[in-house]
Amino acid sequence: MRVNNVMLYTITRVVAFIILSFSIYLFFAGHHNPGGGFIGGLMTAAALLLLYLSFDLKTIKQIIPFNYTWMIAIGLLLSLGTGVTSMLLGYPFLTQFFDYFDLPFLGETELATAVLFDMGIYLTVVGITLLSILTIGEDR
Amino acid sequence: MNNLVIVPILLPFIIGVVLIFFSKHRTVQHVISAVAVTMLLAVSIYLAYVVYHEGIQTLELGNWPAPFGIVLVADLFAAMMVILCAIVGFVCLFFAFKTIHPDREKFYFYPFYFFLLTGVNGAFLTGDLFNLFVFFEVMLIASYILIVFGGTKYQLRESFKYVAINIFSSILFIVGIAYLYGVTGTLNMAHIAERVAEADQQGILNVIAIVLLLVFAIKGALFPLYFWLPRSYFGPPAAIAALFGGLLTKVGIYAIIRTFTLIFTHDPAFTHNIILALAGATMFFGVLGAVSQFDFKRILSYHIISQVGYMVMGLGIYTPLALAGAIYYIAHHIIVKAALFLFAGATQKVTGTTDLHKMGGLLKTHPWLGWLFLVAALSLAGIPPLSGFFSKFALILAGLEEGRWFIVFVSLVVGLLTLFSMMKIFMYAFWREQKHSEEQARTRVSGLLWPIAPLIVLTIGLGLGAEPIFRFSLEVAEQILDPTVYIRAVLGQ
Repeated sequence: MRVNNVMLYTITRVVAFIILSFSIYLFFAGHHNPGGGFIGGLMTAAALLLLYLSFDLKTIKQIIPFNYTWMIAIGLLLSLGTGVTSMLLGYPFLTQFFDYFDLPFLGETELATAVLFDMGIYLTVVGITLLSILTIGEDR
Repeated sequence: MNNLVIVPILLPFIIGVVLIFFSKHRTVQHVISAVAVTMLLAVSIYLAYVVYHEGIQTLELGNWPAPFGIVLVADLFAAMMVILCAIVGFVCLFFAFKTIHPDREKFYFYPFYFFLLTGVNGAFLTGDLFNLFVFFEVMLIASYILIVFGGTKYQLRESFKYVAINIFSSILFIVGIAYLYGVTGTLNMAHIAERVAEADQQGILNVIAIVLLLVFAIKGALFPLYFWLPRSYFGPPAAIAALFGGLLTKVGIYAIIRTFTLIFTHDPAFTHNIILALAGATMFFGVLGAVSQFDFKRILSYHIISQVGYMVMGLGIYTPLALAGAIYYIAHHIIVKAALFLFAGATQKVTGTTDLHKMGGLLKTHPWLGWLFLVAALSLAGIPPLSGFFSKFALILAGLEEGRWFIVFVSLVVGLLTLFSMMKIFMYAFWREQKHSEEQARTRVSGLLWPIAPLIVLTIGLGLGAEPIFRFSLEVAEQILDPTVYIRAVLGQ
């Protein structure tokens, strides 16, 4: 018997979008408010997982063809890269830099290399969470 | 500030990450990892050279001053351990090229190999207690994966016990750190050492010392807590077993020596006597296990336990000579133990078994294998021209000077039993009539012996060059016995 989950599909489309945007908000809030790469990454993984749960694995794999193993590696390289860059500039490993820039629309904004480090954590967390869940899920 | 200190940690980490991308390309993986491990060896020797000539090197990560940020410290002891780690990593990697099955290589063997080296090097170089915990976890998680690699039934069963006991000890480690933070209010080891000397809280500090001793005793396989080791080291392939046998328990021993010479020096009559009692029991029961076994790899695993006892005995006696002996012993033991596990792998390749009852006559068909093994075995047992003798000699001499007759007696008996069980391996596997078939007798092992040869050369070299090396270990011992040097290098006053 084939069940047509219209309710689930419709709600997932809206809710996944809300969760994704909230996770990105959390990721950028990390410097001054509670949030950051870890919780942001977990929440993004939760949004993607919701998609995997309501639609089937094959469909989502066609739409978002990420290689999660590579995502982990890229995240680690990004985090290490911020540390190595400060080493190449003659500072100790992992020295962070920040400065204020006048951006269009946003006005004066503080940009810090700590965000890049956090970005690496974000990618690693998303990659690891989905990789472990999908590895168990695909197992038959 | 010197960024060189972090390179031995960073290099294997980055290489491990890069290797993830090439998990399906066997040759690319081999080339990258061989180049990386050679570079690691060169960097760690250079680091030791710098430390020897310019004193203790520190690196304040992120440019934050010492007690507030994380600090990495390379003193002589740490630099020496990093070199030994690089040597074992180098040798086992080339052995792994020859022995690890290509199917296993595809599933991220080399990334985890390098993550393990990252964790070990990090644990040696860190100057922060919580960072030590994190690097322990990096090392342990990589080791969980390497120990279950291949997923045979035996490995699955034993690695479960290994994981369970290590998670338990990690929780205990966190609890110990929390207690210590509650008492001293800091996590930087040099700063803790300073505060412990000021704080007049002997009772609670003794409790914390014992909690941390318990943690490191589980990791380093001391007397009542060694039961997990022989069975879990039996499962994985020889290259991994050699890496574990050479390095993992020694990280626990390094942590014990570091904490009990730097932080918990307030009441040696209590703490160091407990350590000495544990050392005696560890030696004796470990070697009893080795004598009772009839399996190549299991005998070696039990010997790890009994020899960890010797190292801790040096700490328990707590004089410069004894500590120098312990340090010499660590260097000797890491080299010889890795070599012996690799020999177990080579003989297994020929005979297809590690059971001594089913072996025999290897000396006739594979003479090089036999004689090189004999050198390593005699070195382990402590026969004069080889490195094992001088380290035991220093320990026993220090024990006699301090009037610790009983522990000296135990260590001599243990030395005898070690010789007995190594000779048992030699007699059963290499003498007697040939038990392996003619086809097995034609198996070539020269490719496997080349990676082991440097270790044999090193153990002979450590023995023949005992005087300069012993003078170096005395220097190391005096440096770690005087915590003010370390504290001044880190906090800079």
